[in-house]
Amino acid sequence: MTQSQKSVQQALPEGTVVRVGPDGLEALVALLKQVGYTTIGPTVKDDAVVYQEINTTKDFPIGWADDQDGGTYRLVQGTKGAFFDYLVGPTSPKRYFFPPQNKLWGASKEQGHFEVEKPAEEAPSYAFIGVRSCELRAIIVQDRVFGFAREDQHDKGIFSDPYYVERRKKSLIIAVNCRRAGKTCFCVSMGGDPHVRHGEGFDLALTEIMEGSQHHFLIEVGSERGGLILALLPFEAAKDQDLVARKTQAEKARGQMGRTMVADVNPLLKNNLTHSRWEDVASRCLSCANCTMVCPTCFCSNVEERTDLTGDHTERWRTWDSCFSIDYSYIHGGPIRKETKSRYRQWMTHKLSSWWDQFGLSGCVGCGRCITWCPVGIDITQEAAAIKKSEECQT
Amino acid sequence: MNAMLNKKAKPKTSAKPGRAKPKVAVWKFASCDGCQLSLLSCEDELLDVVGEIQIAYFLEATSAKIEGPYDISLVEGSITTEHDAKRIRKIREQSKALITIGACATSGGIQALRNFADVNAYTRAVYARPDYIHTLKTSSPIQDHVPVDYELRGCPINKMQLLEVINATLNGRTPNISHVSQCIECKRRGTVCLMVVKGIPCLGPVTHAGCGNICPTTDRGCFGCFGPSEAANGASLARQLERLGMSKREIRDFFRSYNANAVAFRETSEIYD
Ligand code: SF4
Ligand code: SF4
Ligand code: SF4
Repeated sequence: MTQSQKSVQQALPEGTVVRVGPDGLEALVALLKQVGYTTIGPTVKDDAVVYQEINTTKDFPIGWADDQDGGTYRLVQGTKGAFFDYLVGPTSPKRYFFPPQNKLWGASKEQGHFEVEKPAEEAPSYAFIGVRSCELRAIIVQDRVFGFAREDQHDKGIFSDPYYVERRKKSLIIAVNCRRAGKTCFCVSMGGDPHVRHGEGFDLALTEIMEGSQHHFLIEVGSERGGLILALLPFEAAKDQDLVARKTQAEKARGQMGRTMVADVNPLLKNNLTHSRWEDVASRCLSCANCTMVCPTCFCSNVEERTDLTGDHTERWRTWDSCFSIDYSYIHGGPIRKETKSRYRQWMTHKLSSWWDQFGLSGCVGCGRCITWCPVGIDITQEAAAIKKSEECQT
Repeated sequence: MNAMLNKKAKPKTSAKPGRAKPKVAVWKFASCDGCQLSLLSCEDELLDVVGEIQIAYFLEATSAKIEGPYDISLVEGSITTEHDAKRIRKIREQSKALITIGACATSGGIQALRNFADVNAYTRAVYARPDYIHTLKTSSPIQDHVPVDYELRGCPINKMQLLEVINATLNGRTPNISHVSQCIECKRRGTVCLMVVKGIPCLGPVTHAGCGNICPTTDRGCFGCFGPSEAANGASLARQLERLGMSKREIRDFFRSYNANAVAFRETSEIYD
């Protein structure tokens, strides 16, 4: 019997929870690389924790945590030796599934016709390590937008973006449960939770447990592929006290949400499109688009033709764009959202309200990035609350 | 002044490969020549460009001159004298497409600092014979004097953007140049925001993208070389700079440099006068 046949037989069933030490996690990273994945994980770069290719658990932000608030992010000392004490940073898996710029195709003028060239490179196989619960839900949101796992529904008018779908299909997701929540977190009020739930699309989910001198990880199987990989690693069975510790950790993080989104925000915004608060926020908003760039669900892009000087060869590129750019709403005759007021309103109402109509879920998962990375600290939860609490609020 | 030019308006020449090479002229007004040098520093691409166009007037590169009219005029520098104000009108008359390049031509440049001061006092202080100096009270951008087909920002301009404008003009398409903020360049590139993680003052949120993300990737806040972005809210950013500890004078001077006379920057600096 070959090794792979053997491992198929030994695939651990979904829901299995095992326990490994830090060396077990190191073995997991090594195994992922060995089977051909490009391993993407958290690492410290330029004073923040970002996603980047990592080669070992030593690349993780060991011992680092972060202190975030509107318009500010500072790395601070976390629990000594902890791998995952930090919270979400300025990047997310979005930039791997939906890169800031990618070539869609090219074309060359030949005698009397033109030849279309498909991009030569194959989509990479990524293994993401350390994906947070809110990021997992953001992937679900983008899956809906880009038509992942709905490629068989094209006849029903469902669009699938081949570039996204290809990358997404080939990737493996290893989530991590949050040990704490930060000042800008509000996933609970967006229907999420700091700990991942089954059905949210993770292959494996880690829980870091640090008690006294003990440091170990629980690994839970979330998919068949995850079960296969885990079966190839040495592990111990999880103990009852581990599961208790995991539960306590989840409760603690749930209670630490720094912010809350007001209830029923979808109808609230729909009923208040002419509220004076939009003017108020426009006086503060820089129209810089940072919020949309860091948001793990924002998907706006621009498509441009890049010709060479002769005009005989062209490439079509897709780049990240934003509803904060004036050209983004350019239609024949001019842009339709000329003022910052209408662009901010477009952004916020789309995230929290019209996304439901368009995709059947919320466009915001409550990760708090737009609050932290807004240079002037504009806070989506506060803007919603201000409308709700005001006298002119329409219900 | 400094109106955001309509990106969708195609430059007027319709030069096509295989047809007569368009005649290109490069003109200089009050400036340091840095933007013209960007054209010369396109080492790798210069030969290709020269293959597609006919350089009709470019004193920085060649003393040969070909008479107008010209298909494309690239104009560097600002208007600071009566003589230049007349000269630019002549050039406009002879040019199918007139493209301004750089902060001087598009906003008045660093020399527009005179717009905030008394020029006569300067000339008296600097020159032994101030009566020899014939200068206007202000330094103004080209579009204050003649209609401009396309404005290319920067101090200096980015050579890739210059090539893109030439390329787009040759191929009769819209240049792929966006007027969004420098922050978008940071985020696309994966540059961590200096203002958020370190509190370093940065003009990026109100500055036109296009430089190639130079300062934020070298641990410096953006200096605003590309002038205001399309929807710059200088007053709000200035309030944040106050919170980061900048003095009123520092904020005024931050907004008052290479693009001091660009509307959004000028209005912000005037709040702090
Ligand atoms: S809108 Fe803000 S909080 Fe919501 S998902 Fe996007 S970045 Fe996160
Ligand atoms: S809300 Fe903040 S991050 Fe978003 S465009 Fe406005 S100023 Fe920029
Ligand atoms: S470093 Fe400056 S330009 Fe870059 S995102 Fe931050 S504020 Fe914007």
